[in-house]
Amino acid sequence: MIELRDVSYSYGGEALLRDLSLDLGPGSFHFLTGPSGSGKTTLLKLMYLELAATGGTVEVFGRDAAGLGRDDIAMVRRRIGIVHQDCRFLDHLPVRDNIALPLDTAGQERQGHQGELDELLSWVGLRPRADATPPELSGGERQRAALARALILSPDVILADEPTGNLDWEMSLRLLTLLVELNRLGKAILIATHDLNLIRQAKAQVAARVIRIRSGRLEMAGADL
Amino acid sequence: MNLVPRTLALLRGDPRADRVVPPTGFTAHLTVFTAAAMAFLAVFALALSLASARLADRWGEALAQSATIRISAPADQLAVQTAAVLRVLEETPGVVSARQLDDAEQARLLEPFFGPDLPIGSLPLPRLVEVVEGRPGYDGEGLRLRLRAEAPGAVLDDHSRWRRPLVAAAERLNRLGLAAIGLISLAMAAMITLAANAALSANAQVIGVLRLVGARDAYVARAFVRRFTLRALAGAAAGTGAGMAAVALLPPAGEGAGFLTGLGFRGAGWLAPLLIPPVAGVVAFWATRAAAFRALREVT
Repeated sequence: MIELRDVSYSYGGEALLRDLSLDLGPGSFHFLTGPSGSGKTTLLKLMYLELAATGGTVEVFGRDAAGLGRDDIAMVRRRIGIVHQDCRFLDHLPVRDNIALPLDTAGQERQGHQGELDELLSWVGLRPRADATPPELSGGERQRAALARALILSPDVILADEPTGNLDWEMSLRLLTLLVELNRLGKAILIATHDLNLIRQAKAQVAARVIRIRSGRLEMAGADL
Repeated sequence: MNLVPRTLALLRGDPRADRVVPPTGFTAHLTVFTAAAMAFLAVFALALSLASARLADRWGEALAQSATIRISAPADQLAVQTAAVLRVLEETPGVVSARQLDDAEQARLLEPFFGPDLPIGSLPLPRLVEVVEGRPGYDGEGLRLRLRAEAPGAVLDDHSRWRRPLVAAAERLNRLGLAAIGLISLAMAAMITLAANAALSANAQVIGVLRLVGARDAYVARAFVRRFTLRALAGAAAGTGAGMAAVALLPPAGEGAGFLTGLGFRGAGWLAPLLIPPVAGVVAFWATRAAAFRALREVT
């Protein structure tokens, strides 16, 4: 569904990522690790088409990203659920509306998805906070709201950047269980994380590949995980 | 192409789409005020333009329909040539009537210059024949040629020499009024563009989030465009109403009134300013749409 072939990305003359190749096929589960500043977020942004590769080819759902127009990119994003580290929201809208925002922008009637919306709110434990605004939420609550928003359109691919960074272990495990379930339904999952416990827990449940960015290149992580 | 349903859909809007952009008080007030002020000025420019068009028509028609033939000839030929002129005029298509001015009428014409006691009978004054033109009018060049052949002392003066600059001045004033309306529209577009840019900058984070969750540019732009179009419509409606009331309160054009007292709308002309609010709406629509798409190009 998302394929990177010899992708490079440079900024200000400095090469951040070099000759990366990665295939997120249906039903694949990847963990992306690497030290802070190694380019994990940049790689996710390349896959979400927030950044354009300076070399190589990014192919999303069978189409070369370089040839996509702005409307095409919007349509692609509706098929990819993303959880950013900084969890950006519309601060003047309640949590419920923020989670439903992808439905609104995709022109889908919210009434037809009311059940899913309530279910997601319950699942991430935000039902009692559905009418609060994002600035009123804690870091963990924001992260859970971002996750619910990423899932509301039932995307084919889920990209998550440190999704458990502000979550307690119990919530992290619930998140992992959901992602494993979605993966069994054929969704492609990629999680950028430092959380080795989470990776070990996942490997016990699913055939997850662990890749690491080192010096701008991708490599398979070893048995230390 | 489905213009009416699309316009109605724009005006009706989508409450959820509207909510994604928080209201911004400053730009809202600026847009409404600008649209109101510009519409107020546009009403006056329109009144000036229509009044000068009316004036040009009136002067043109009144002067075009009358002419004078002046007959200067030795005293023994004056009566013969006058009779010849009247005969020619009788036979000329496009002439409704022609009559010779008598001594009393000629004395009245000269009275402002020479006083009431002018011994007109003893002066070698030319004879004057007043010609009233019909519709369609006569062929001026053809009439001049016939007069030259049958009454060599007769000169046709169709007033065009002094009519033309007056009519030209009125027509130019009419064009200036229309140009002023065009400039007002451009100024309004510029002000609304500035206000829209301010609103777009203030909402850069909102736009970023919307793009992030898969909103197309048209969806994001629509939320801004609808808001600014409605504000411009409301402001222009208020400004137009105030402008029309002010024009209605101008002194009426009475008997012998000058140009300024005739500045206003007549009859169906009162409907013309009602076009100003929709025009303001269209200007706001395109100005905001252009600003929104320009701003969106900066967001991935």
